[in-house]
Amino acid sequence: MAIRVKSPGLLTTVQDTGRFGEYAIGMPPSGAMDVFSYQVGNYLVGNDDGAAGLEITYFGPELEFTEDAVIAVTGAEMPSKINGEEAPTWETLQVSEGDVLSFDYLKNGARSYLAVAGGIDAPVFMHSRSTYTLIGLGGHEGRALQEGDELQLGEARNGEAQIGKRVEDRHIPTYTKETELRVIIGLASYRLTEESMKEFLNVEWTVTPDADRVGYRYRGGELGFVEREQPAGAGSDPANVVDFGYPIGSIQVPGGVEPIVLMNDAVTGGGYATIGTVISADRDRLAQSKTNDKTRFRSIGLQEALEAREDRRKRLAEIRDALA
Amino acid sequence: MNANVETGLPEARYTYGGDEFVFVELAEAMSLKVNFRAMAITNRLREENVEGVMDICPSNASYMVRIDPDVLHPDGLISRLKEIDEEVGDVKGYELQTRVVDVPVMMEDPWTHEALMRFRDRHQDPDATDLEYSARINGYDSKDDFIAALLGSPWLITMIGFVPGLPWCYQLVPPEEQVEVPKYVRPRTFTPERAFGFGGGFAVVYSVQGAGGYQLYGLAPAPVLDVKQRLTDFEDSIVFPKPGDVWNYRGVDREEFDEIRASVEDGSFEYRKKDFTFHADRALEDPHAYNKEILGVLYGD
Repeated sequence: MAIRVKSPGLLTTVQDTGRFGEYAIGMPPSGAMDVFSYQVGNYLVGNDDGAAGLEITYFGPELEFTEDAVIAVTGAEMPSKINGEEAPTWETLQVSEGDVLSFDYLKNGARSYLAVAGGIDAPVFMHSRSTYTLIGLGGHEGRALQEGDELQLGEARNGEAQIGKRVEDRHIPTYTKETELRVIIGLASYRLTEESMKEFLNVEWTVTPDADRVGYRYRGGELGFVEREQPAGAGSDPANVVDFGYPIGSIQVPGGVEPIVLMNDAVTGGGYATIGTVISADRDRLAQSKTNDKTRFRSIGLQEALEAREDRRKRLAEIRDALA
Repeated sequence: MNANVETGLPEARYTYGGDEFVFVELAEAMSLKVNFRAMAITNRLREENVEGVMDICPSNASYMVRIDPDVLHPDGLISRLKEIDEEVGDVKGYELQTRVVDVPVMMEDPWTHEALMRFRDRHQDPDATDLEYSARINGYDSKDDFIAALLGSPWLITMIGFVPGLPWCYQLVPPEEQVEVPKYVRPRTFTPERAFGFGGGFAVVYSVQGAGGYQLYGLAPAPVLDVKQRLTDFEDSIVFPKPGDVWNYRGVDREEFDEIRASVEDGSFEYRKKDFTFHADRALEDPHAYNKEILGVLYGD
């Protein structure tokens, strides 16, 4: 054992890059919601890509280290403390046996990530350690951490050499209460009226309390569907379609009043019309938005989405090289 | 919309699902033929082992492919998919190596009954059960006739998803005999695991307990998802259903339900199933005659 959970926080789960390649059986990828912060955490402690860490949501846990370890906290602006003393985030730290890591109140953002040299050694289930709580699989016993849980660590590669390394300020994201998310309009967007599509892109939406690893729900506008005789198999509601697959990041609008962006633990398909998809590079920032924050959706083309993806890849590579 | 002369179906819609997915809607309406096309196209894509393809997900009247766009440009995939679409054409002569499976289900069981009664305020007709309501709006004289129709002809698994292992099933009957029901006005917050439900034009077995909006008719004693892979049928996968499976829902009474539950609990349960070559043309031309033959394969010696 290496980490004892003194208190679990609101929702703390073991996550890695995710469980890919199983979408066709209805298995969502799970994995870290803010990939950027999660990856940088692994770079800081010298882990290989894909090592499992903890995703800490809204309200932090209290974790006691029962052996020396090398750690880093990234992500949300949620000050971390070691034995009650404020400790820097986005920086590699040494902790000793008996040290307690805790967190102050969340200031900005929504999710912090704890990386530990060697990674959290939860059992691998279908090639991933990510927790998928709906079915109760992966991670630590398929669930969020609870008081008294004990976590094992993997073999650390080169932790000590990393101590004191820090991510350059220019690479540390700042989170605000307003987020702009870039979307590629498509999928079944033909179901929305032209005016409603304009409204969708113009309205400032508010994140509702239903904002979690399954999806983010928004309020603020009212959208209408093109009238049609519902096709065979779709069901009678105008928001219904013949059940089809939902991409990660896809946006659906059941009832016209509550757009939902599906995230890492989402359902993989269903019968609601989808109108577009939040691009992968912007889902990091989506994961750092929270209830009552404001969000706007901006329509872009595939080229810009691919450029944003490439920018993020380059930026992560630059950070990794600087910390190596 | 332009009709494609060859297939009699509309032109497919190719769109991007962000930077990581390509989504192809073959038709807005469900039909057996469109599902055969979705299966034929995705099976062929799978055989091609294209680098950069991460997930291939056939669905009812559409399909979706997850890609790594750093390896495979979405437009590159789309142009290949359009070629495959043309090669597959109207699926004339399409054959599917599949299996036909006996799936026991207890209709009007006490557990789903309790669940549906709890959520009457979210239903179109709070004074009727889901079965009574569905029978009435589909023009059946009694719920027993309606049940007889559901249990009388086999089904094709046309999509897996929502949650792991949940099968969408489309009955192998002519379009005019297809059952169609709306989903609940507002979804339930509870559905029992293994509930047999119906929404739009599809029957499902809920693989796990949870929220749900489909009409509830019964409960299956055997699982469709076995995360611990205890049962023989789950040796290769935690999920039992496969797209293209042909399932026959067979009504069981409480006694047989309990027997099957006991065999699931002690790990000895195995689905009755037979290998089967499914001929799409025959299912389209004379489904009732073909269904008799299918059930003969499943239940004959």
